[in-house]
Amino acid sequence: MTYPPEIVAEAVVGGLLTGSVYALVALGLTLVYGVLHIINFAHGALLTCAMFAVWALVTFTGISPYTAIIPLAVVFFAVGYVLQRYLIGPASHGDDSNILLVTLGLSIAIENALLATFHADTRTLEGDFGFQVVEIGPMLISRPKLIGFAASLIVAGLLWLLLKRTDTGRAIRAVAKEKLGARLMGIEVGHIFGITFGLGCACLAVAACLLMPSFYVNPRVGNAFVLVAFTIVVLGGMGSIPGALLGGLFIGVVESLGGLLLGDSLGQLGIFIIFILVLLFRPTGLFGARA
Amino acid sequence: MKRSELLFLVALLAVLALVPLLASNLVINFLVTALIVALAALGWNILGGLAGQISFGHAAFFGTGAYVTELLQLRFGMNAWAAAVAGIAAGALMGLAIGAAVFRARLRGSYFALVTLAFAEVLRILTNALDFTGGASGLLLKLQPGAAHFQFDQRSVFAWIGIACVGGVLLLTRHIMHSRFGAQLAAVLENEDAARALGVDIFATKLRAITLSAAITAAAGVFYVQYFLYLDANIGYGTWISIEALLAAIIGGVGTMAGPLIGALALHGLGELTRGFAGSITGIDLVIFGLLLVAAIAFAPAGIVGAWKRYVGGRRNA
Amino acid sequence: MLEVSGISRSFGGVRALDGISLSVASGSITGLIGPNGAGKTTMFGVISGFVAPDTGSVTYRGADITGEPAHLRARRGIARTFQIVQPFAGLSVGENIAVGSYLRHTKPSEAKARADAVARRVGLGAMLDQPASALTVAGRKRLELARALATEPDLLLLDEVLAGLNPSEIRDILPVIHGIRASGVTILMIEHVMQAVMALCDDIFVMAQGKMIAEGKPDAVCRDPHVIEAYLGHGAAARMQEAGNA
Repeated sequence: MTYPPEIVAEAVVGGLLTGSVYALVALGLTLVYGVLHIINFAHGALLTCAMFAVWALVTFTGISPYTAIIPLAVVFFAVGYVLQRYLIGPASHGDDSNILLVTLGLSIAIENALLATFHADTRTLEGDFGFQVVEIGPMLISRPKLIGFAASLIVAGLLWLLLKRTDTGRAIRAVAKEKLGARLMGIEVGHIFGITFGLGCACLAVAACLLMPSFYVNPRVGNAFVLVAFTIVVLGGMGSIPGALLGGLFIGVVESLGGLLLGDSLGQLGIFIIFILVLLFRPTGLFGARA
Repeated sequence: MKRSELLFLVALLAVLALVPLLASNLVINFLVTALIVALAALGWNILGGLAGQISFGHAAFFGTGAYVTELLQLRFGMNAWAAAVAGIAAGALMGLAIGAAVFRARLRGSYFALVTLAFAEVLRILTNALDFTGGASGLLLKLQPGAAHFQFDQRSVFAWIGIACVGGVLLLTRHIMHSRFGAQLAAVLENEDAARALGVDIFATKLRAITLSAAITAAAGVFYVQYFLYLDANIGYGTWISIEALLAAIIGGVGTMAGPLIGALALHGLGELTRGFAGSITGIDLVIFGLLLVAAIAFAPAGIVGAWKRYVGGRRNA
Repeated sequence: MLEVSGISRSFGGVRALDGISLSVASGSITGLIGPNGAGKTTMFGVISGFVAPDTGSVTYRGADITGEPAHLRARRGIARTFQIVQPFAGLSVGENIAVGSYLRHTKPSEAKARADAVARRVGLGAMLDQPASALTVAGRKRLELARALATEPDLLLLDEVLAGLNPSEIRDILPVIHGIRASGVTILMIEHVMQAVMALCDDIFVMAQGKMIAEGKPDAVCRDPHVIEAYLGHGAAARMQEAGNA
């Protein structure tokens, strides 16, 4: 079966655009791994939380999801900081397998709290966001996705600036490289861990604002994103920001073309298979440090 | 294992065996469900508790046992008991296959957990999409009560079979813990390098563990299908059973013999209680489970069994 | 018994081992000494199968075992202890040692009996049911030793088994090591405690900065100027010579 080139091109471009927001989701995950060396299993549940927050905010106050970006990012930064500093950190006693289970427990609790509060119904944003398109050449590109693409790049750039140019960023990089040494230099590691986790959650809040116009939310939605995010992070390399970006774009295209060729139900299969293959044969990913 | 602990377990199983004689169908239903989860958790415990390889995807084995046994009966008219054996064998094979790939790649910790989750998800998506496995509408086993069909008019028979299976696996776990294999598992859990230096074949040990673990969890899947008759991709390969098996084992006492059984009973009991209080709000019980997991890791990593042992030990020394 | 020939290994840009060759005679106690960073533990890693060499070969009793995995070498009869002791913290002392004895004995009762005997041999008989984490440093060293012995090796690699012990503890453990050799086990030991090296070893190999710089009987090695330089610095040998002549 052959597809006309415009359809394929549209799928590729659509994939790139969606992929950029996936990359934003993955950025939070890879940042947390790079600094705290933990895999945050609660990442998906937190994203679902953020998406519900966007939905509630937009539906009940009428503001645009894009206006909600900054306030929500701040709120989720605080939530993430508190979660890491006062719950995850202390509960796991520093043990890796404990952290695994604590974040799993958290994800179960959060996801089902959302289920209890919002029930299993799928919700979308009111308004015509999802249908606005922009014409670029022969292709019709979804406007929210275009905004999402631009915003993701901006956020990634800001994050990069933060890490490279600010004192906090330097402290974060120091802790990521050598925790004990950083502590000896007077850096408060618990605080930095909290900030990093907070930044990861802030990324999720932004991603949620960018996703909601063209997507939907129900309590299970986070699961799907989480495995996609994990695939991106593993592909791009744990702890690598450029890896998360490139990985996100790549996976976005794979998903889009996969959906085109195999239909919705099997579309996700390609992503999981990539995930398994990368873990089995190249766990360090394309850019990452040793697993 | 001390004499008193063994006696406690025998007593517990005896009490459970009496329940179907005295209680309503509702309670028996609760018991059977708890036993299915207990069996899955006992399987999980071999890999996660004894060998220390924490899997987030045991649904891959549960679902394989369930689907193989149901498909062999539905599509090929195979005898129920033969299909059950085949289902368990298929589960073991799945464990062997996944284990060979994953342990050869030396995946551990979080990476191991992630990849097991991915395998389970792949299987879920496939069974949900293919007509042969019933697609999204699932499969329904024909209701034919009779011992020859591994179905029973009286639910209590299922409960007794479940108790017998659980009892058997408990004995098996105990046997392993006191055997050479158990010592190798413990060494792998504690320190792989030291274990290698003492001649333990890490790869082979882990492979044996995951195969056995998968077989037991697949048996739980087989049992599920024979009792509930209906199966679809979210039931067979959904994350619910991966999580419940893990939760039961950890909260009951990971790595102990009876932990998974105690944990399954406790969690299901707690679930029923919460449903009683919170009524129809779906998800409240799982919220509590999630928080319980966090609390268990934070305050009682040795689970209920561990806390009990500490308590008893403290009393004895007082 | 053991022939190591031309072993080289680099990590990143650092050449940890450069053309190392040594041989261990059956029934001997051989020492491997040298200043910190010489590559001695890396050498042990190569011999025991934990580190793969870039070039060279390891021959044990005539068989080339260069590529063989660690657990198979243990089955052949090569056992090792670790510089930083690695007890199975969640297990008791007896259970720790049993992991070793299970290598040659499959029945639990046999393995346990064997483990008990080894424990008594190294002086841990009273601690069998204690958790391994409750042992002192000296106790943990003995546990390392006991675990390795339980595998019934013919060649025992001891990596700084005396490190962290006070003089009386050292005095207590020396006869244990003598006893091990007397029972027919060949020993290759990395050690910094010179008095022990002198007292125990039949032959000594000296490494510095990844190279083998001297080998021979203890007395000869002691006087070797290369060895003195390696420990005391460039020119030290000449200075000692002058001081001697003055």
